[in-house]
Amino acid sequence: MSEDKQKRTVQTTGHAWDGDIQEFNNPLPTWWLWGFYLTVVFAVIYWFLYPAWPVGEGYTKGVANEIEYVTAEGKTVKTHWNTRALYQQELQMARQKQAEYQQQLAGKSYKEILSDPGKREYAFSVANVLFADNCAACHQDGGAGLAGMYPNLVDDDWLWGGSFEQIQASISDGRNGSMPGFKKRLSEQQLDDVSEYVLSLSEQHRHPAMAKRGESIFNGDGGCFACHTKAATGNPAMGAANLTDKIWTVAVVDPAMSYTEKKDAVKQVISNGIKRTMPAWKSRFNELEIRMLALYVHELGGGE
Amino acid sequence: MRHEKIETNAGLLIVLTLVVISIGGLVEIIPLYFIDETIEEVKVSGVETVRPYTPLELRGRDIYQREGCYTCHSQMIRPFRDEKLRYGHYSLAAESKYDHPFQWGSKRTGPDLARVGNKYSNEWHVQHLIAPRSVVAESIMPNYPWLIENKLAYNDIAERLKALKLVGVPYSRTQAEYEENVKRFGEDVASLLDINRAEENLIKQAEQGNYDGMPGVITEMDAMVAYLQVLGTMVDFKQFEDGHFATFR
Repeated sequence: MSEDKQKRTVQTTGHAWDGDIQEFNNPLPTWWLWGFYLTVVFAVIYWFLYPAWPVGEGYTKGVANEIEYVTAEGKTVKTHWNTRALYQQELQMARQKQAEYQQQLAGKSYKEILSDPGKREYAFSVANVLFADNCAACHQDGGAGLAGMYPNLVDDDWLWGGSFEQIQASISDGRNGSMPGFKKRLSEQQLDDVSEYVLSLSEQHRHPAMAKRGESIFNGDGGCFACHTKAATGNPAMGAANLTDKIWTVAVVDPAMSYTEKKDAVKQVISNGIKRTMPAWKSRFNELEIRMLALYVHELGGGE
Repeated sequence: MRHEKIETNAGLLIVLTLVVISIGGLVEIIPLYFIDETIEEVKVSGVETVRPYTPLELRGRDIYQREGCYTCHSQMIRPFRDEKLRYGHYSLAAESKYDHPFQWGSKRTGPDLARVGNKYSNEWHVQHLIAPRSVVAESIMPNYPWLIENKLAYNDIAERLKALKLVGVPYSRTQAEYEENVKRFGEDVASLLDINRAEENLIKQAEQGNYDGMPGVITEMDAMVAYLQVLGTMVDFKQFEDGHFATFR
C-alpha cells in the first residue's frame, strides 16, 4: 500500500470488526459506472427495437425490425423480429440456392439423372449426407449392413426388389419383413431335413436323403414354397429371400463356417422365424429426397 | 449508513437477497403464463394431437430418467436449418407441455432425441440399448443390458398418473374428466388417459406392441422403446402449412 492512500481521508462504512478492521466505502470507478449507464441506455434502445415488454395477453413487438420471408408454399409473410422467422428466412435462402438443381431433377427419370454427370453428382452428394444421418444407423456406413439384421445394400441381392421403383417404395413406405418360426409345427428331425435342403440349394450335397425329405416338406406340409416359391428363388413382393444363391440375407452364414455351423444358422432361422422392420421415411423426406436416396442405394450395389 | 441494518441481520439479508435474485427470473417467466402464443395450439380437425404419455410410455420415460439418459441426450431441436436437416422440424413448446420435468437441454454428448420416434425399428432400439456398438461402431454410449432382463414394475402405475395429474397433466379419474378428454383428444386417446384403466392399458399396449421382441413378458425394454418411439411423433407437420408455427412468435 502506498503512503498516499493511507494519508488520504477515506470514508468507511462505519463498522469495525475486531476493533480495527474497517470497510472502505470508496466511490465506484468511473469506467465501471459509465459502463453501467451504457447498459441502461442499451436496454432502453433494445426495448424499442425488439420484442420486449409483456402487455396483457401479448407483448411489444418492437419497431423497424420487420422480417419478410417466403414460405415453401410461396406465401410472403411479414412479421416482427423473432427467431422462428429468421429460421424461415434461412430455409428460404437454402431453397433458392438449391432450386436451380432441384428443378433440373424434378420430373426426370432415374435413367436421365444417371446419364447426366451434373445431376448425378448433385443427387449423390445430397443422398450421401441423408444416408449417413438416417440410414447408416442400421445399414452401416457405406451400406454394408449387418449380417442377419440389416440387409447389405452394396451387393446385388435384393430382398424387396432392386429396381429403382422398388427401392423407392422400400424407402418411402418402409417394409415389414416377417417369417413365422416353425419349431412348433415341425419336429426336430423335420427342421433338420428342411435346413439340409435349404443349404443344399447353394452348397455341396452332404445328405441327399435328408435333403430329399426336406424338399418335400418345403414344397408340402411346411408351406415354405408359399413365400419362397417352389424353385426357392424367393419373392420380392413379400421380401422372401432367394435361397438358391450363396448370399445369406437373414441367416448368419459365413463362408468360413463349417457345414454343421452353416446348417445350424439356417435351422435357427427356420425354427424361430424372424421379424424385421424398415421404418417408413415419407414423413421425414420429401419425394425428391426419397428419389435421390433410391438412386444412391441403387448405385451402391448395382441394382436391377 | 442504512445498509448496516441489513448486513448485521442475517435473516433480513437472506430474505432481501432472495427477493432481488428472484426478480430476474420472475419478470421473464411470469408473463409467459399470460401471453397467448407461448404454447402453440396444435389441433387437427378439432382434436388436440399432443397428448399425455400412455401408462407404458410414461414408465419408459421414468426409466429414461432413472438411467440418466438426459445427461447426454437433449430433447429440443432449435430453429436452425442445420438442426432441421439432422433432426427434423424444430421442437414446439406444445410438444413438451406434459413433460414433468421437461427434457430440454443444451448439452449433447449423444444426438438430440426429440424426434427419434419412428426413425428406427423396435428391433434396432432393443439391439442398440443392449449393445450400442453392435450397430453404431463409433458410439460411446454405455450398454444397458438390464433393460431386457428386468421385468417392468407397474403395480404403482395409477399412483404415477395421479402424481402427474396433480401438476396439471389431464389424466382422468372421474367420468366427467374422461368426457372432457374425449372432447379434447378423441375417444381412443381419452381411454388411454383413464387412471382407472392404467394397468390394463399398460399391459395391453406392451402385449400388442411387443417392443422388446419377447411376447408374453413385459420388460423395462418394452416401456423404454415405447417411449422412444413416440418422441416427436405427436405433431404431423404435413397437416400445417410451412411457417405456420412461426406465427406463434
